[in-house]
Amino acid sequence: MSRLLKLNIFRYNPEDELSLPHMQEFVLEETDSMTLFIALNRIREEQDPSLQFDFCCRAGICGSCGMVINGRPGLACHTKTRDLPGEITLLPLPVFKLVGDLSVDTGTWFREMYTKTESWIHTKRIFDPTALEERMDNKDAVAIYELERCVECGCCIAACGTARLREDFLGAASLNRVARFLIDPRDERTEHDYYEIIGNDMGIFGCMGLLACEDVCPKHLPLQNQLGFLRRKMGITSLKRLFRK
Amino acid sequence: MQTVYTDFLVVGAGLAGERAAVEAAEAGFSVVCLSLVPARRSHSSAAQGGMQASLGNSVMGEGDCPDVHFADTVKGSDWGCDQEVARLFADAAPIEMRRLAHWGVPWNRVVPGKSIYYKGGKQYEKVEAKEKEGLIMARSFGGTAKWRTCYTSDGTGHAVMCTMDNRCAEKGVEVHDKTEAIALLQDGETCFGVVARCLRTGELRVYLSKATMIAAGGFGRIYPNTTNAVICDGGAHTMCVNTGVVPMGNMEAVQFHPTGIVPTDILVTEGCRGDGGTLLDVDEKRFMHVYEPEKAELASRDVVSRWMTHHMREGHGVKSPYGEHLWLDIRHLGEEHITGKLREVYEICTSFLGVDPIHQLIPVRPTQHYSMGGVRTNRDGAAYGLKGLFAAGEAACWDMHGFNRLGGNSLAETVVAGGIIGRKVAEYLEGCETEFKTGLINDEVGRQQARIDALISGANGSENVYKVRAAMQEALHKGANIFRTQDGLEKCVAELQEALIRAKKVGLRSNGKGVNPELAAALKLEGQVRLALMVAYGALMRTESRGSHNREDFPARNDRDWLTRTLAYWKKPEDTLPTLEYEPATTVVEIPPGDRGYGHSQIISADDRKE
Repeated sequence: MSRLLKLNIFRYNPEDELSLPHMQEFVLEETDSMTLFIALNRIREEQDPSLQFDFCCRAGICGSCGMVINGRPGLACHTKTRDLPGEITLLPLPVFKLVGDLSVDTGTWFREMYTKTESWIHTKRIFDPTALEERMDNKDAVAIYELERCVECGCCIAACGTARLREDFLGAASLNRVARFLIDPRDERTEHDYYEIIGNDMGIFGCMGLLACEDVCPKHLPLQNQLGFLRRKMGITSLKRLFRK
Repeated sequence: MQTVYTDFLVVGAGLAGERAAVEAAEAGFSVVCLSLVPARRSHSSAAQGGMQASLGNSVMGEGDCPDVHFADTVKGSDWGCDQEVARLFADAAPIEMRRLAHWGVPWNRVVPGKSIYYKGGKQYEKVEAKEKEGLIMARSFGGTAKWRTCYTSDGTGHAVMCTMDNRCAEKGVEVHDKTEAIALLQDGETCFGVVARCLRTGELRVYLSKATMIAAGGFGRIYPNTTNAVICDGGAHTMCVNTGVVPMGNMEAVQFHPTGIVPTDILVTEGCRGDGGTLLDVDEKRFMHVYEPEKAELASRDVVSRWMTHHMREGHGVKSPYGEHLWLDIRHLGEEHITGKLREVYEICTSFLGVDPIHQLIPVRPTQHYSMGGVRTNRDGAAYGLKGLFAAGEAACWDMHGFNRLGGNSLAETVVAGGIIGRKVAEYLEGCETEFKTGLINDEVGRQQARIDALISGANGSENVYKVRAAMQEALHKGANIFRTQDGLEKCVAELQEALIRAKKVGLRSNGKGVNPELAAALKLEGQVRLALMVAYGALMRTESRGSHNREDFPARNDRDWLTRTLAYWKKPEDTLPTLEYEPATTVVEIPPGDRGYGHSQIISADDRKE
């Protein structure tokens, strides 16, 4: 006999003047290999078609479905119900603007981050279509990809003590982004350029070192190491800047 | 109501759309991309394997060049492609890979010296050349003569998507995410934008543009079992179909990928087999080498999927509560390889199946994967039927894939076609002026608002959107799958016609306020059933087997009568079937139709006389 799951889901539709934020309970029979993707879609199709949530790839690749699952930010698509107790509480990610129910606006937040961190290769070189590609050590390529694996789900931001306290904190995803370009030999920015972006309390010096970011990262990115690496690098840069003056 | 003006409007912000956007932005034009999701969540990012381009840096790709790539592509298409387009693609692909490297893609690079690789479960050794050190590396993929697939571990699509979206941010391309285009603004001759629905508030918004591009990916979600993301539902195609003047090309050409996992249909990359993984049956024995002695597991996708289905029908499938399946075995590749180059595969197996692929077999079966068909365009990416409308990537039928596309060719197509067509759009925009007819805009907005109001009030009926959608999906699954017959397709068409009638009578059960997902699904349903009918009816009328289209009652490829591309129109809203027209598959012939070297051998030549 399979379990009857009890799902307590946050409900609020800001576009409906009659809607008030509240928790709603749904009961669903568990099936084999059930994930929260399967469970939430069944609730929408069979019980309440107005229920809002975001899924896209449903394969843990795109980062759409970040939500707070029994108190912990995570991706709903690769959360198997058999790993959860019979009562499941789902809340939207904090920090990000609520769209409705479990759906939040991560797009606007991350697009602002690209601008703040200038999330692109800075180079004066001009592409020559007739030339061979610039050579790169495969180890460098692998190291860059390791950091590029971030899917921008927002879990690390939602779990971050500093991000909850101050709106302008860049957070682990953004700092990881900076580290990705810092180790890329194609990017010609200097440590002073990076210092301008993250050498302050909105950046690397705002991190309190609680490290929930790494605990909740569904891609298991080495965020703790990156934060340490950037803090050392920017600490040294800050000293150099003092002596230069 | 908010109205946004831009020179170039792109519906979709995946690789093809953003690549074209960058090209137009660099030429000085303003660009807005509309996307259901933040750009980086686009389905492009889910492509794990890689991009084909004949750089020939690996020792296993020695002697490769665009000519060989072109030949593989034409053979792969079963001579259904436009050879002029395939040539454009093969020639431009190597330069595009280098450009992406310049923009920031961390391609895996050549590591000189000895290394081990696997083919058909056997171990071999190769030695990469010292002088190629640090150049872009390639891996093996099905249906190719050389190792030609450039990759970034097994997150190629994700890595390239990150770089492209970064480039868009740098060049000032705006991405309006959580925005769904629901109707084209057009007067039967020219397209000048779209009516869109904001998925943050539910409000309608007008986007006006001189050029509009459809780059919204495939439509796999009209099938029940697909590897496609939930956003690949054909919504943008339906806007084009609903104009009555824009045809869809080769909608019956649907690719089934050999290795979707059971039960969730998530794709595990062809790289598994490219790197030496094997397919096993219920007795844990290999079988592909029996059917395809030379290519075995690495024959093209249509061939492998077909033999897998055949082998299961012969009683060699593994029974499970989710239906029959076969096994994919990558255990012999070892822990380092599986958790390194195939890490996404490892994560998918452990997270979604609870299977450890280092020690256990992966349950797989052929699953709907790719739409070769789509918005028919000419070689410049300009859609048939409407001036100012373009299409690129999987959404388009440009048509380099014909009746079957090769692994690694679609991801490469997104950026290569995006670049080529983006330049053509920029040329089109030079000195181009458009008149926006306000009456027409108001009429279209009014029409869309009336549709929404009718769905909310239940004025047309009370059919359940999800039930009608399921009926459409089930009909396609039964009738327009890997093996097709006249009987099965006729039933499929009849069931879809019934679904079409029901789709017109859908009414919402919820209040429809705000973003409302039920309303979003209902708005596109009738259009989706039209797409499904284009697939099924096109397949019924095509009385031959070519590439992914397999008629059991017509097993031969018929170059005498069917060296053609199907063009499907939905001419009038009240029609119950699409109108089919045909055009030659290719006007330029570099390689005349011949034997692919794998797959079926029955061919009716163009020289054969009619009986």
